[in-house]
Amino acid sequence: MSDTTDEAPGSEAAGQIRVFLVDDHGLFRAGVRAELDRFVPDVTVVGEAGSVDEAVAAIRHLRPDVVLLDVHMPDGGGAEVLRQLRPELPDVVFLALSVSDAAEDVIAVIRAGARGYVTKTISGSELTEAVRRVKSGDAVFSPRLAGFVLDVFSDRPGAAPPGDPELDLLTRRERDVLRLLARGYAYKEIAGELFISVKTVETHVSSVLRKTQLSNRYELSRWASDRRLV
Amino acid sequence: MVPACAPPLVRRRSGRFVAGVAGGVADHLGVNVLWVRAAFVLLAGIHGAGVLAYGLLWIFVPQEQADVQRPLGRTERQQALGLAALGIGAGLAAAAVGNTVVGWIVGPLGVVAIGAAVVWREADESQRRRWTKGARSGVTGMAGGGRTALLRVFAGAIFVASGIGVFLLGNLDLSQVQFGLLAVLATLLGVGVLTVPWWVRLIRELGEERRERIVETERAEIAAHLHDSVLQTLALIQRQSDQPREVLRLARGQERELRHWLYGPTGYGRSARASGEPTLDAGLAAAITTAAAEVEDTYAIDVRPVVVGDRPLDDGLRALVLASREAMVNAAKHSGVGEVSAYVEVEPTEVHVFVRDRGIGFDPDAVPDDRHGLADSVHGRMRRHGGAVRLRSTPGEGTEVHLSMPVDGPADTEPEAQAEAQKEATT
Repeated sequence: MSDTTDEAPGSEAAGQIRVFLVDDHGLFRAGVRAELDRFVPDVTVVGEAGSVDEAVAAIRHLRPDVVLLDVHMPDGGGAEVLRQLRPELPDVVFLALSVSDAAEDVIAVIRAGARGYVTKTISGSELTEAVRRVKSGDAVFSPRLAGFVLDVFSDRPGAAPPGDPELDLLTRRERDVLRLLARGYAYKEIAGELFISVKTVETHVSSVLRKTQLSNRYELSRWASDRRLV
Repeated sequence: MVPACAPPLVRRRSGRFVAGVAGGVADHLGVNVLWVRAAFVLLAGIHGAGVLAYGLLWIFVPQEQADVQRPLGRTERQQALGLAALGIGAGLAAAAVGNTVVGWIVGPLGVVAIGAAVVWREADESQRRRWTKGARSGVTGMAGGGRTALLRVFAGAIFVASGIGVFLLGNLDLSQVQFGLLAVLATLLGVGVLTVPWWVRLIRELGEERRERIVETERAEIAAHLHDSVLQTLALIQRQSDQPREVLRLARGQERELRHWLYGPTGYGRSARASGEPTLDAGLAAAITTAAAEVEDTYAIDVRPVVVGDRPLDDGLRALVLASREAMVNAAKHSGVGEVSAYVEVEPTEVHVFVRDRGIGFDPDAVPDDRHGLADSVHGRMRRHGGAVRLRSTPGEGTEVHLSMPVDGPADTEPEAQAEAQKEATT
């Protein structure tokens, strides 16, 4: 099923983002592909795969810039693809895409190394925006993911004290940014709201992503260990 | 030598000498089968413990189901035969040492053991035949192996019977009545020993059947749910395919229902959280989510609630939920866009709700007096419970309604909390 328009890396015009789709639903792949191919000139879908094994083989071969990764698939899902490819392909960026908003799914792929998480109900233009953003090295948080992270890092009475303050606590600014993300603000709007530059917003979000990936906070590690990621 | 994850303990089907027990134990522990056999022989020397252990493992450890081919070489066969003979000899000798009476008891029991072994081995064979044929002929699949099998079972039975008989005759000197009674008991015992494999199989199959039934029930439940909700919705969508608005509404409603079923009331697995808090079924998070769902259903728009934290509902929070609902309804009716986001954050002293749309927006000062929706339902309701409303709207860019409601924190400091709320809202 992995039909790959075989183009060697570099044959594209400069500035083209080469995207690879991984999803076990052919219908969904076709939809995303049509949307990206038709309306977005600087994004090219270079291939797609419907299973973990196909995905791993094709991504190794094609080296796309961005992989849109389904969370739920047979044989381990997106987290399994990440586990197999992250160490050897550090330059390939993964953006998780799922219908599920379940905390353990989201956190599991983020902890496995995805640069962002968006839900499948996202509009075409938002998806393109997200692809560009992760390509340029920034993180993408859906409002709900921002909500989880705030929730996990909030200090409830009786919670265990953080082990590593550097990783287990959010700064006040990061918290403000996350709050606005959860309220559905775009990066530009957040920048305007907090009187900071968009670049600074991106830096804060990336920092929150790093903390989410590395912190040992109980809920994060529990969700991840449920999926055998730690 | 033990591998990281030991394979389950099963009896070998091939490459076995007696019942595959030693081979199975060797596979399980990751050691050479010869060591295991030798260990059984040594144990047999201690009052026959090895023989007993072997018999018990034979009864309680199931045969492996996969048909793995392990050739049993000539040397290994001879070794095994020698060890088996040695084991039985050691068992008998250990029991008989220095005591002829004990020997006289154990001798016949040894004969019983050999007879039982022959019959049990045949039972293993018949079970294997059933697996290969895939037949499930109940628990009496005895005669599947033809004449030789029957003959072997018969011989085994005679061994057992004569062993018990000799044991009775040799050890007891009894009157007619007692003898008759004991003979009946001995026969029952013999039959019991001979039919052990079938009892074990019966029990095991009952367990398997129950497990299958549970799985089946679960699947039926899921199928019923999918049928009732998802298939119905799909049918409705097909019938109303010319009304995009209605299709959207149906699809959203169904999606939400399915999420609720899969991930709990707030739609993302909050119910399964183990953060030590009890699940608040009637809590704020659930109430807000329900309100959002109602608005979605009624106005065919997409409301995306994000809830951070939770707490039980009280009067103030109930008013907050109603006011939030009203704000969502306003956004749905007047913003002109199909998407509204709602963000709820529970802080120790205050609860904030933000309802936001990217619609046409309006000038709050220019709202005519006869439009009571915002004034009464939102402002009035919030003010009566000590909450505050802030409205921000820019024509062309959208509207955001910020509702805040003080809650009883650790200390009862309502006015202060309110002042704090004002301060925080301005930052």
